[in-house]
Amino acid sequence: MPHISLRSLNVTYRDRRALRDITVDVPDAQITTIIGPSGCGKTSLLKSLNRLIDLSEEARVEGEVLIDGVNIYHPKADIIALRRKVGFLSQKPYPLPMSIYDNVTYGPRMHRMNREQIFQQIAELEKDRSLGRLCPESTRLTARTRRGGEMDLLVECYLRVAGLWDEVKDRLHDPATGLSVGQQQRLALARTLAVEPEVILADEPTSALDPISAKLIEEEFQFLKKKYTIVFVTHILRQARRIGDYVIFLYLGELVEHGPAQQVFTSPRDEKTRAYVAGDIS
Amino acid sequence: MGARRLEEAVFKALMLASLGLVLAVLAAIVVVVMARGASALSLSMLTQTPKGGYYLGKEGGIANAIVGSLYLAFGASVLSILLSLPTAFALQKEYAGRRLASITRLSLDALWGTPSIVYGAFGFIIMRYLGIGTSLLGGILALSLLMLPIMTRAMEEAIRMVPLELKEISYSMGATRIETTLAVVLRQALPGIITAVVLAFGRGIGDAASILFTAGYTDHIPRSLLDPTASLPLAVFFQLGTPFPEVQRRAYASALILLVIVLLASLAARLLSRRFSKHIVR
Ligand SMILES: Nc1ncnc2c1ncn2[C@@H]1O[C@H](COP(=O)(O)OP(=O)(O)O)[C@@H](O)[C@H]1O
Ligand SMILES: [Mg+2]
Repeated sequence: MPHISLRSLNVTYRDRRALRDITVDVPDAQITTIIGPSGCGKTSLLKSLNRLIDLSEEARVEGEVLIDGVNIYHPKADIIALRRKVGFLSQKPYPLPMSIYDNVTYGPRMHRMNREQIFQQIAELEKDRSLGRLCPESTRLTARTRRGGEMDLLVECYLRVAGLWDEVKDRLHDPATGLSVGQQQRLALARTLAVEPEVILADEPTSALDPISAKLIEEEFQFLKKKYTIVFVTHILRQARRIGDYVIFLYLGELVEHGPAQQVFTSPRDEKTRAYVAGDIS
Repeated sequence: MGARRLEEAVFKALMLASLGLVLAVLAAIVVVVMARGASALSLSMLTQTPKGGYYLGKEGGIANAIVGSLYLAFGASVLSILLSLPTAFALQKEYAGRRLASITRLSLDALWGTPSIVYGAFGFIIMRYLGIGTSLLGGILALSLLMLPIMTRAMEEAIRMVPLELKEISYSMGATRIETTLAVVLRQALPGIITAVVLAFGRGIGDAASILFTAGYTDHIPRSLLDPTASLPLAVFFQLGTPFPEVQRRAYASALILLVIVLLASLAARLLSRRFSKHIVR
């Protein structure tokens, strides 16, 4: 049973159709890239998966999105639970207007997680050795002895997972706006991971970054896919080739082709895909 | 080419001339008030209440009007904040519908332009209805009516400037509307909100017409909310209306004091805004 499957998904803005009849399954624990030219509906598709599209009042969604078999557009669907399960990384890495530390603890604080729940969450994160980058033993021990130690531990753990800890450990309480854009995007990642989603949606997360920061984020995703199901929107073909395991190609709001990256890039079935991959249309 | 350069030069000259004119008018006001009033300014003016014969040029000061104005303006600011802040938040598109918000904005703009004597008259009717006479409370009520549209509208502008993406980040982590509003929108808009308060405060403390019938005028510092109170704008008005040059000079001195209070309030707001700006996302 795939985590995410879309069934005849249609998205319209007023009377303009942005997505037409999209039916596709997103494979688990891999990176699925959504490619296609600007304006073809990539962001709309992504925002349909965590119902962030609800914020655009002119948008109307029809069809079904099943996550773990549950239609998230069912009138009784629990949107908060959905958004905890499906993390989101935006195109421009906005830090929240607070310190680096508070950015990471934002989600757990909103969900009013208590000390034990946080220790539990960290224990599970560390049990899953696939991610490797753990807090040192000493941090875990002192966290138990201090008041608020669970949040310190949480902040360190997720900043380590996001590959930012060493750069910010001495200025955790400084404004997050003081970070470089590349660091802000890794902070956004730590912030997203801190609510322990199962899926991460990323909307062109490297498009605002310099090449070196972009590379770091790409590597970060390569590493995260061991644990999370990732849907990664990009309009950079080479990036999709580098990181994607599975590809969904959208063109003018329609799903043209989807399949394993290898197949889509080397032997596309559709003529439009072939032209796009070859760089003949964009 | 010559024509375009000429155009550029003409517009630049026009802009600089306007800017210069505005600055010159401001400087002239300050200089005239200073020149006329400085000689009458003394410590006793700030610390004493009017003694018998003060308005004929004898001993005393306007401490009653200074304290009265501060009471009035602070009281009305607090009352206005309590109403303006929730209203300004409610005008976000997540709460009020587009139509309601736009109708409210239009009404507030109309109220902003209403002459303050109307607020005075309306405040007077409310006081009659509530059974209170001219008093500090009456003045505060009338001033709040004057300040409300200014404050709400300025706050609402500040809140509307908060980038949608910033809110999206909060929502995408499972935060509710109210959590997003309090934890993200409020923080991001705080410097603008402070500016809004000072804008309204400055407008309120300088207004004479709205408090003329509602707060009255006395020679002592008000001891309770139901006491009538003196105020700086009315002190200027009454003193300027006497035939004695000495008292007229005191009117300018009073105006100078008013000017300094507004300046200090603006400076305080600057400092506060800067303090709260360090986390602001640009
Ligand atoms: N909030 C909106 N209101 C109206 N039209 C929109 C809105 N968001 C996106 N669109 C339109 O929907 C289409 C798809 O947009 P989008 O999903 O952002 O594409 P992409 O991310 O691939 O560039 C575009 O034509 C865009 O103009
Ligand atoms: Mg997009």
